[in-house]
Amino acid sequence: MDRTLADVADASDGRLLEIAEVTGTDADSRRLREIGFCAGAPVRFIRRAPLGDPAMYELRGALMSLRRSEARRIRVHRAGA
Amino acid sequence: MTTLVRLRPTTPPRRPGRIAILGAPNSGKTTLFNALTGHRAKAGNYPGVTVDRREGDLQRRFGADGVRLVDLPGVYSLEPQSEDETVAVRVLEGGFGEAPPDGVVGVVDATTIERGLPLLAEAAGLGLPVCVALTMIDELKARHGEIDPKELQDRLGVPVVGVVGNRGLGIDDLGALVSSPWDWTPGPGLLHGAEAKTPEDRFGWAREVLGACRRQAPEPNRWTRRLDRFLLHPAIGSAVFLAFVAFFFQAIFTWATPAMDFLSGLMDGLADQILATLPDTAFTRLLADGVIRGVGAVIVFLPQIVLLFTVILFLEACGYMARAAFVVDRVMGWVGLEGRCFIALLSSYACAVPGIMATRTIPSPRDRLTTILVAPFATCSARLPVYILLIAAFIPADPVLGPFTWQGLTLTGLYFLGTGAALLSAAVFKRGLLRGATLPFYLELPPYRLPRPSDIALGVWDRAKLFLRRAGTIILAASVVLWFLLNLPRRPADPQLSVTENQRAVLEGSYAASAGRLLEPVFAPMDFDWRINVGLVASQAAREVMVATLAQIYAHEGEDGEGLGVLLAGSGEGGAPPLLSRASALALLVYFAFAMQCMSTLAVIRRETGGWRWPVFTFAYMNGLAWLSAWLTFVLASAAGA
Ligand SMILES: Nc1nc2c(ncn2[C@@H]2O[C@H](COP(=O)(O)OP(=O)(O)O)[C@@H](O)[C@H]2O)c(=O)[nH]1
Ligand SMILES: [Mg+2]
Repeated sequence: MDRTLADVADASDGRLLEIAEVTGTDADSRRLREIGFCAGAPVRFIRRAPLGDPAMYELRGALMSLRRSEARRIRVHRAGA
Repeated sequence: MTTLVRLRPTTPPRRPGRIAILGAPNSGKTTLFNALTGHRAKAGNYPGVTVDRREGDLQRRFGADGVRLVDLPGVYSLEPQSEDETVAVRVLEGGFGEAPPDGVVGVVDATTIERGLPLLAEAAGLGLPVCVALTMIDELKARHGEIDPKELQDRLGVPVVGVVGNRGLGIDDLGALVSSPWDWTPGPGLLHGAEAKTPEDRFGWAREVLGACRRQAPEPNRWTRRLDRFLLHPAIGSAVFLAFVAFFFQAIFTWATPAMDFLSGLMDGLADQILATLPDTAFTRLLADGVIRGVGAVIVFLPQIVLLFTVILFLEACGYMARAAFVVDRVMGWVGLEGRCFIALLSSYACAVPGIMATRTIPSPRDRLTTILVAPFATCSARLPVYILLIAAFIPADPVLGPFTWQGLTLTGLYFLGTGAALLSAAVFKRGLLRGATLPFYLELPPYRLPRPSDIALGVWDRAKLFLRRAGTIILAASVVLWFLLNLPRRPADPQLSVTENQRAVLEGSYAASAGRLLEPVFAPMDFDWRINVGLVASQAAREVMVATLAQIYAHEGEDGEGLGVLLAGSGEGGAPPLLSRASALALLVYFAFAMQCMSTLAVIRRETGGWRWPVFTFAYMNGLAWLSAWLTFVLASAAGA
């Protein structure tokens, strides 16, 4: 079952996941893909900010933070699934 | 399907060559630029420090003459969304009336190579010769990672050198390489990547390239993880942060005061010496009172400025600033802005001018304008002398809790007041005037890095020089003009009166006094007299001029060694009455917290927004708010019996 990164952050699920797709074709989704959130990339939830949002993810060796409004656009599944 | 990649002729070389430094934010570009050119452009451990292109000549010792380097703002791709990204792309495509660069140094962080390569492919797609600087080799090794630059070079088909920019390792090799971009013939590896059309294709290509290299990916940065667990903890993290801030403002009073008293004694001694040795002419008095005492009153705050910037630069260099943006992003979301706006606001605590420049990283024009309009509320370093002088004079130094006194807490409160005003006004603007959707927010969080003391020291030195230069130019000029306005028209000395009394008479009848009295209807509700009014008008040139004004007015009051603060508070037995009641002093502090009193800020707002409309608007609404809040403070404080 695919979930979004926002669900993953809500569940504080720190397992290694793989990006299935980034929904939308607008400039925003393109930018998310350009910074590395694109299909096939491994991604891992690290922590939420003290106030609950945004959340920090590990992506291609770097720590990236996304608000949940963006995290909702990124669908993920278990790595290797 | 293959596209033909345009390759610009690489021979014969046209000199001088121009080489652009391209890379993701925080990959180490500015550090390399500085190492190659010998410049000292500001680098910092958070994205968005460089927002404009900056040029410098490659140092001769690398073997070539007349090679120019262009440092660019960090970009993730060549499809720009924000102003700083546009600058980078325009340089590469040949904008600003210049030809495209003769080559590109692609800066790639060795700990996140996969993220750095796609950009190189895009640059190669523009037909530009590319070489690669692999930075942060030291961090890669520390995290047990490994890569052979030679092997990457073979896979990409372009020269690759490993460097540790901030320690100068590998810089000689890079310098030699940069001296001859005409030899960088792109091989098939990179050209293959250049054909990729989508981000997916480019990242896929990057993984292929890396997959073909024998390499060891670095382990997670354990120190960063541990520190984050602590500093980003909801309870502990906030407590640590608040304690740190309060402690810092307390230190400004307790630690910096001895150094300040020393400087203050020096200035007074110098002024007295001049009055005692030179013949008593108007020029002597201008020199002693207008120049030495006026400008000196500002210079004595150098220790506090140094302390402030040591802390700010440390926080920037260690990687905490980006975390602060991460923590506060939620609050920024409530007011309708994003974390990057917060980074721009943070820079404004040093000075609103670079802060407003830093808004170039904000992609949404409305968010950017909102941030520009509220950035001057951030408590810039020019407010510090005024705050410290008034607090030391009118707020008791009684301890409140542990090492904290009312003085330190008042200063802390003023910083929060500025921040609150910025956030609230932003919320108002975003709900009304500048309503609009928020763009996606992404922020890369760099690892924590232990700053090198020499880097911080150099940075602080630069800021101290800037402060002294301000004192020697704009504040000096304002101080001299004020001296004339405070001492003209001349009047014959009355032999019945003492020197001090005569001086008071001159001041009371001066042009400045008349001007100050003219303003009394405006500021009478807060009980400001003409002396404060003159200071308020004069500080329109620069906030510190307030201090210089008061120093001149009080030049001949009081005993030897009595500081300006003591005089303002009134010396009790038979001496001058206090300049202000405590309620008025609080009102004045609040006025300074909110008022727009800085020509350079107005000028930069005009430049960044392209017209007079927004600077005029900022001036009007900030000063209006300042007046209202000062009045409210006065009323409340008077009611409370202050
Ligand atoms: N350990 C290490 N730190 C580096 C290296 N190069 C740069 N830095 C640090 O990384 C941070 C970002 O550098 P900067 O030059 O401002 O990056 P830019 O945003 O690409 O211009 C700064 O704190 C530098 O001191 C390096 O090779 N090794
Ligand atoms: Mg930079």
